[in-house]
Amino acid sequence: MADILEISEVSKTYDLDGENPVQALDRVTLDVAEGEFVSVIGPSGCGKSTLFNIVGGLIAQYEGSVRIDGRAVDGAHRDVGVVFQEESTFPWRTTLDNVAFPLEVQGMGKPERDERARKFVSLVGLEGFENHYPAQLSGGMKQRTAVARTLAYEPRIMLLDEPFGALDEQTRMLLGDKMLEIWAALNQTMLLITHNITEAVQLSDRVVVMSFRPGKIKEVISIDLPRPRSSEVISTPKFGEYVGRLWTLLREEASRGMVEAEAELAAR
Amino acid sequence: MTGSFRLSKSPVLVGGIGLAIFLCVLEIAVETGMVMELVVPRPSDTFLAFPPVQEDMDLVGNFFVTLGMTAASTAIALSIGVPFGYFLYRNRRYGIAYEGWLAAAFAAPTVLLYPLFLVIFGRTYLTLIMMGFIPGAIPIVIQTRQGLLGVSQTLLNVGRSFNVSEREMFWKIQLPSAVPTIFTGIRIGVMYTLVNIVAIEYLIDFGGLGRIVSEMYFRFDTPGTYASIVAVILVSVFFYWGFGRIEKWLRPV
Repeated sequence: MADILEISEVSKTYDLDGENPVQALDRVTLDVAEGEFVSVIGPSGCGKSTLFNIVGGLIAQYEGSVRIDGRAVDGAHRDVGVVFQEESTFPWRTTLDNVAFPLEVQGMGKPERDERARKFVSLVGLEGFENHYPAQLSGGMKQRTAVARTLAYEPRIMLLDEPFGALDEQTRMLLGDKMLEIWAALNQTMLLITHNITEAVQLSDRVVVMSFRPGKIKEVISIDLPRPRSSEVISTPKFGEYVGRLWTLLREEASRGMVEAEAELAAR
Repeated sequence: MTGSFRLSKSPVLVGGIGLAIFLCVLEIAVETGMVMELVVPRPSDTFLAFPPVQEDMDLVGNFFVTLGMTAASTAIALSIGVPFGYFLYRNRRYGIAYEGWLAAAFAAPTVLLYPLFLVIFGRTYLTLIMMGFIPGAIPIVIQTRQGLLGVSQTLLNVGRSFNVSEREMFWKIQLPSAVPTIFTGIRIGVMYTLVNIVAIEYLIDFGGLGRIVSEMYFRFDTPGTYASIVAVILVSVFFYWGFGRIEKWLRPV
């Protein structure tokens, strides 16, 4: 399949006080094919979220280029939909109105947008909760609402920044299954940012391992596990091999990150 | 317990029962001389004072005068306070520079400026409205700015990711998100507005309920004074309830 997303030599340095520049990303290059599920994994401080914000058009100042279908991305892009790690549903809107939000700002009429929103509410398994407010939903249901809202936008690339990071492991696995169902049903290109090795292997075609600061691509591992896939795959020996291999790659980076974080704390 | 009535589910009833108990205790306290009747009348006497005060001073009509003055002052405070709060939010430097001054001005006893307003506007309703507007607008300005500053960055990023315009960002994300904080400012503002208006009515013997309180007080009619104070409390209850309903409509949960 042709590449839909091309991230080329992307670097980003933060210099908040003008004295202590911190390089978050160092010449990151990555191509994602249409319909592919790619995860980016790395220790805290590896620049995962910076990469997410750059691809999502939320950070404008960076070096290198991000292209979608060969066209440079400058700001939020119509073809990119974003699901955030933090709670991002609108508390004053019902599930249906949350999901219909991107359609509303596009100027779609209420009957049509409600009908389309219902389709995506159903796709994420929230039928019967259309008129519930986020405060009346569990954490997993809120994140599914956020996923449905982004799907309703019908982006060609879906960016997910640890969307299930705040959930317990069992819910996370079940929602992983739901994401795989959605991915298979819509042939949606997905780029997942995560620090969870199991989640990355369970969901992805490829896993991109990043180094600790400055974030560079350390290795890209293709996950050759059969599809359709579900969380049951975690009991297979091959899954364990992938997890082991990824942990070996990450361990060194995570240790380095921990040592540097402790040194920074000690220096204060 | 199945089938039992749960008081916690009915706050209005719980409040009513609490008030009834308080009034009974007060009635007994006055009756037994524990509380001086000269200072606090029996609640039953206050209740019985309503018909004569109505007949003599048109309590209901003046209730609506004070309510109308408070509504007018609050409307002006809102129409100036919310946009000015938004201005201070958008212009960070002005916000930082002026918020402290506004907070300090809120503590100032503006009611004492009434002779100045009498000179400017005369002994008219406009004096009442303007004197009510000043303390009402300040908390609305401060809380509008604070509410907008407190909007979650993630929600703003959601808006940006969907390419919403600046206008839609304000009306569909920032304003609904800031509603609880802004309404806190409105509630505080409307109470100060009411207090100022009633105080000015009392001082200049003009307008609605404050004038009745003054009249009853100078007649040494303690139950009548308390009856008119109860009417002031009802104005306050009306606005508290009304803005609660509006807030619930704007932010159902």
